[in-house]
Amino acid sequence: MVDLSSARQQQVLAPTPLLKQLPPAARLVLRGRSQVLAAAADALGLPRSETPCRAVRSDVRAALWLGPDERLLLGSADAAAEMHGLLQRALAGMAHSLVDIGHGQVGFEVSGARAALALNTGCPLDLDPASFPPDMCTRTVFAKAQILLWRTGATTFRLETARSFAPYVTQILALAGRES
Amino acid sequence: MLLIECPYCGVRPELEFVYGGQAHVARPHDPAACSDEQWAEFLYWRENAKGVHAERWRHTHGCGRFFNALRDTTRDQFLATYRVGERPPAASSREREPQP
Amino acid sequence: MSGDLRAASGGRIDRNRVLRFRFDDREYTGAAGDTLASALLANGVHLLGRSFKYHRPRGVLSAGADEPSALVTVRRDAARMTPNLRATQVELYEGLEAFSQNRWPSLELDVGAVSGLLSPFIPAGFYYKTFMWPRGAWHRLYEPKIRAAAGLGRAPEQADPDIYANRFAHCDVLVVGAGPAGLAAAAAAAGSGARVILCDEQSEPGGSLLAEPAAHSEAAIAGEPAARWLTRTLRQLTAHPRLTLLTRTTAFGYFPHNLLGLNQRLSDHLPRPDPGQPRERQWQVRAREVVLATGALERPLVFPGNDRPGILLAGAARTYLNRFGVLPGSRVVLVTACDAAYQAALDLHRAGVSVSAIVDVRSGAPDGPLLEAARLAGLPVETQATVLGTSGRLRVRAIRIQKLDSAGAPAGPVRRIRCDLVLMSGGLTPSVHLFSQSRGKLAWDESLAAFLPGQAVERVRSVGACRGVFSLAAAVSDGTGAGLSAARDAGFSVSAAIPEAPLPESAAAGRPGALPQPPGVSGEKAFVDWQNDVTARDLTLAAREGFRSIEHVKRYTTTGMATDQGKTSNINALAIVARELGEAMPRVGLTTFRMPYTPVSFGSFAGFARGELFDPVRATPMHDWAARQGAVFENVGLWKRARYFPLPGEDMHAAVARECLAVREHCGIFDASTLGKIEVAGKDAATFMNRMYVNAWANLAVGRCRYGILLRDDGFIYDDGVVARMAPDRFHVTTTTGGAAGVLALMEDYRQTEWPDLDVWLTSTTEQWAVIALQGPAARRVLEPLIEGLDLSAGAMPHMSAARGRICGIPMLLMRVSFTGELGFEINVPADFGLPVWQAVFETGQAHGITPYGTEAMHVLRADKGYIIVGQDTDGTVTPDDAGLAWSIGKGKPDFLGKRALERPALASPYRKQLVGLLTRDPQQVLEEGAQIVPGRHRSAPEPALGHVTSSYHSARLGRSIALALVGAGRSRIGETLYVSMPDGDIPVQVTSPVFYDPQGSRLNG
Repeated sequence: MVDLSSARQQQVLAPTPLLKQLPPAARLVLRGRSQVLAAAADALGLPRSETPCRAVRSDVRAALWLGPDERLLLGSADAAAEMHGLLQRALAGMAHSLVDIGHGQVGFEVSGARAALALNTGCPLDLDPASFPPDMCTRTVFAKAQILLWRTGATTFRLETARSFAPYVTQILALAGRES
Repeated sequence: MLLIECPYCGVRPELEFVYGGQAHVARPHDPAACSDEQWAEFLYWRENAKGVHAERWRHTHGCGRFFNALRDTTRDQFLATYRVGERPPAASSREREPQP
Repeated sequence: MSGDLRAASGGRIDRNRVLRFRFDDREYTGAAGDTLASALLANGVHLLGRSFKYHRPRGVLSAGADEPSALVTVRRDAARMTPNLRATQVELYEGLEAFSQNRWPSLELDVGAVSGLLSPFIPAGFYYKTFMWPRGAWHRLYEPKIRAAAGLGRAPEQADPDIYANRFAHCDVLVVGAGPAGLAAAAAAAGSGARVILCDEQSEPGGSLLAEPAAHSEAAIAGEPAARWLTRTLRQLTAHPRLTLLTRTTAFGYFPHNLLGLNQRLSDHLPRPDPGQPRERQWQVRAREVVLATGALERPLVFPGNDRPGILLAGAARTYLNRFGVLPGSRVVLVTACDAAYQAALDLHRAGVSVSAIVDVRSGAPDGPLLEAARLAGLPVETQATVLGTSGRLRVRAIRIQKLDSAGAPAGPVRRIRCDLVLMSGGLTPSVHLFSQSRGKLAWDESLAAFLPGQAVERVRSVGACRGVFSLAAAVSDGTGAGLSAARDAGFSVSAAIPEAPLPESAAAGRPGALPQPPGVSGEKAFVDWQNDVTARDLTLAAREGFRSIEHVKRYTTTGMATDQGKTSNINALAIVARELGEAMPRVGLTTFRMPYTPVSFGSFAGFARGELFDPVRATPMHDWAARQGAVFENVGLWKRARYFPLPGEDMHAAVARECLAVREHCGIFDASTLGKIEVAGKDAATFMNRMYVNAWANLAVGRCRYGILLRDDGFIYDDGVVARMAPDRFHVTTTTGGAAGVLALMEDYRQTEWPDLDVWLTSTTEQWAVIALQGPAARRVLEPLIEGLDLSAGAMPHMSAARGRICGIPMLLMRVSFTGELGFEINVPADFGLPVWQAVFETGQAHGITPYGTEAMHVLRADKGYIIVGQDTDGTVTPDDAGLAWSIGKGKPDFLGKRALERPALASPYRKQLVGLLTRDPQQVLEEGAQIVPGRHRSAPEPALGHVTSSYHSARLGRSIALALVGAGRSRIGETLYVSMPDGDIPVQVTSPVFYDPQGSRLNG
């Protein structure tokens, strides 16, 4: 029998100074009440946080606030099973929902001095660091697509979008990147 | 494009929201006990307020939460937004405009 | 011809950079810094176009955005051709090519001008009165002719090849207008630390200061010459890191909550724009505070013959002289109703132009420093006079004036003065367009004869001339004060003292309305609206015919309805109507200001949302494989789905028939990835599903699937799909492709707002899984060799079961389900493995006749079985019973969405439209979907239809046509003959069960 376990296929975008596609990642959506979210943070070695629209992270993992009962847990792709196991053990007996969406989204890094300007081609939020500081994360829109935007640094953003919307988002960003 | 204050995420542009109709129309706890008229009223009858209107919005492209808002339909200005389950703020504290 | 009417020095043009350009195929030269209008005037060209209705020769009236007459088409190539540009705003570049509009065969000899001779027969409301009859002739006959005769420029016939950009921006203070007041406001706000955007429609900031003579200007700001103040302020502004200065950028619209639309023209001024760069960029700026410094527009005077080429606004002449170094004439007559216009005569006099007369139309004894200066300069001033008319065919040659008596009526001898330039000024109209768009109330100020910004709705301030503060020093102080207070209100600490706001000034009030004329009808037209050719007489006629509201007068006469939106005409029109009605101007009203302030290109609004990027195009992981197989795709929502896979020489019918037979006889492979998927998880998941869907979920065993139906609370079918129970507290719910987002939103609504106590959560997994449907008698044989750890036998994995396993080493969720009526499986694998797994299955399937099939075959196969498609066989008024699905309803459940509504008598009526099958007598005849169904062939009177055809196909397996339909009391009519209205007559059909194929379901359970 063919073994396709190493045949993972993504449409990969050629990197530009503005826009790089991120490698596959572990993405788990955890939903539940406060104690579940806190227990999950403990299990993953992340600080507990209920601050809206803020991400917390360690060297290898991050938890992004998506809603009051919803976190996106990120890690490296090869650690997905490990994360899943840690959480299942920690959350046993607690009502929650843990769903793998690792293949459902694609991540990009938008960076550089013009990153915010390019994002503002389609994103209506104020991306000034005073309004959208590092570690802020939120779902929002980019033109006609929904995206998840996380400011990971002064001039660096992580953008995630559902995989079928990725070509649309990246093509518009590429156009914006070519503006002088 | 309006600015709407999500009770969780703060002030955001209208593009992130979806309108959800009149607020505080609770689904009867025991629909079987409703008369046809009562059920029709729950399903179909809505306010058409000229002035302050309590309405639902959902921060669809944000935290995903439904919430309630008081909006002056004559000026298209939001007077307050509040979470599901909370009572509408008193009229005196309503004059609050979202700030970008 | 060269620019020989250019002053030797002065202005902001670069005389050393000579630019060649063409206008109506004649070559001219201008200078860098020119507009098309200034360059043409420098060449002595005053005739720039023909008027809209009467084809009268027209020249330049103004020097800016208010220009109603000098509309031109600028052409770069066949696709880059922009009509209706104001020559006063077209920046000159080397090689510019422009054309006049609305003339044939040429501008000088225009046969359309004959309509000017017929003009006594074209009064106000002429179109309404004349072309009402016969009905239908308007579209066929009158409108095309009128449009051909009276038109603007022509739209290019090719697609716009340029790029347009969008940008969202935020700032603390947005300042609109970079004249002295706006510059001062921006400087004050930026100095307080605020994030400022300053925009101006012109190529350089400065506003009215650009029209001040650099050499010997009296204009000064706090003792500093205006030119030096401008240079210093600009240097100061550009040093602010948080200030964005946008030139060539028009704030065209003011939207709720301080959102303004700006249109930035990036490359129209360049001789060779980079086609890879955007031509325009539309900004959507959200500002905490807005400062409007939009200035004022000069009003023309309304007198007979006021529209000839060579008749300009006085301020425009100053701009041409002082900014562009153009001498717009050699003998000038100034007609004015205000002091400020005297400056134009003084400037022209100093430049060597002969001032033949200054005609001051005001009554009384006007006086002031400018009038005194004119007298000192020896300029002939005629006070208390009016203008009776002008002459000159393609350029004004003379003007006739007459004194006014003490009652203000023309009296005494008529004086004819030779001239080649007439300047006029009826006073200044503050530009309150944006303020009014912001829904701010306008207040009529009698002493200024102007509407001024009143009560604001948005967080907006108006400064300078747009609120009647005209004098330079006061406007600058006004701007400084507003800039400081805006920064303070945006949350910045302001240390400087905020100067007191100056009061509006009445010096530029002027005299709105028409100039007095002697009794009797003048043969010459006195124009109010240049662009739409509306005269004073049209307006008085409308008032006499009974129009009272200015909104009605506007629509009847078309005054103010041209692309200039009445910038120069509205106040004069209002004054004329008010005078005719004997009403005060504010009582007659003011027409609504609407966006855009000046026309904005469609490209700017479209931005990148065109062609491939108009909407997101969603493709599945297997899309490219299907494309390589030659699949024809269809749009389903935003998704591209393979509709059929034609082999060489096959049409759609043949391909679909082959695909259907392959599924029935061997095995078909189908990309079902677009189906919506929602993970419903949590301790109360079953309770939640019980309340949402009609079905009974509590008794669904783990590992089993059920066909779920979701109603709205009104009892009608909203969505359907197979639901698999993966764990006691976990359901894998599938939805229709188009319904995915709506179902998730509906579920979240009830979860959050009705049942927040339930421990249940929802997560969309639509894009997590690629779904490969394998359908047909050979499906199990194809699949078996590829999977591990699962027994696919009918006993171990019966129809409607689900299990986790591995396929080719990839974790998989396998569901044994069928939308075809055949043995079928749906293989869910993580999306990045979708294509490799698909290819492996396809490879293995070769031995079993595997055939890829598309959505069209899927539709036929499901129709064979009478399976509905929500949205095709249902329309939002169909209950489960109507669709023959009442069996799916969980009988013992106390409640679910729609349950109560289904109990209403109307929804339980046996006469409701019900889903049935239809078979035509001619098996090859395929009914039209949507066709109406009637009881009898011969109808004497209209009768209500019994229902309509919802799905109709040729079924390859059955070798005949089949159709599904919703028919009143349909199930009781099975066996009856009804008729379907088709374009070529009524077709008899037999009513049957909707299940045409394998009604026992033996193939399904095989």
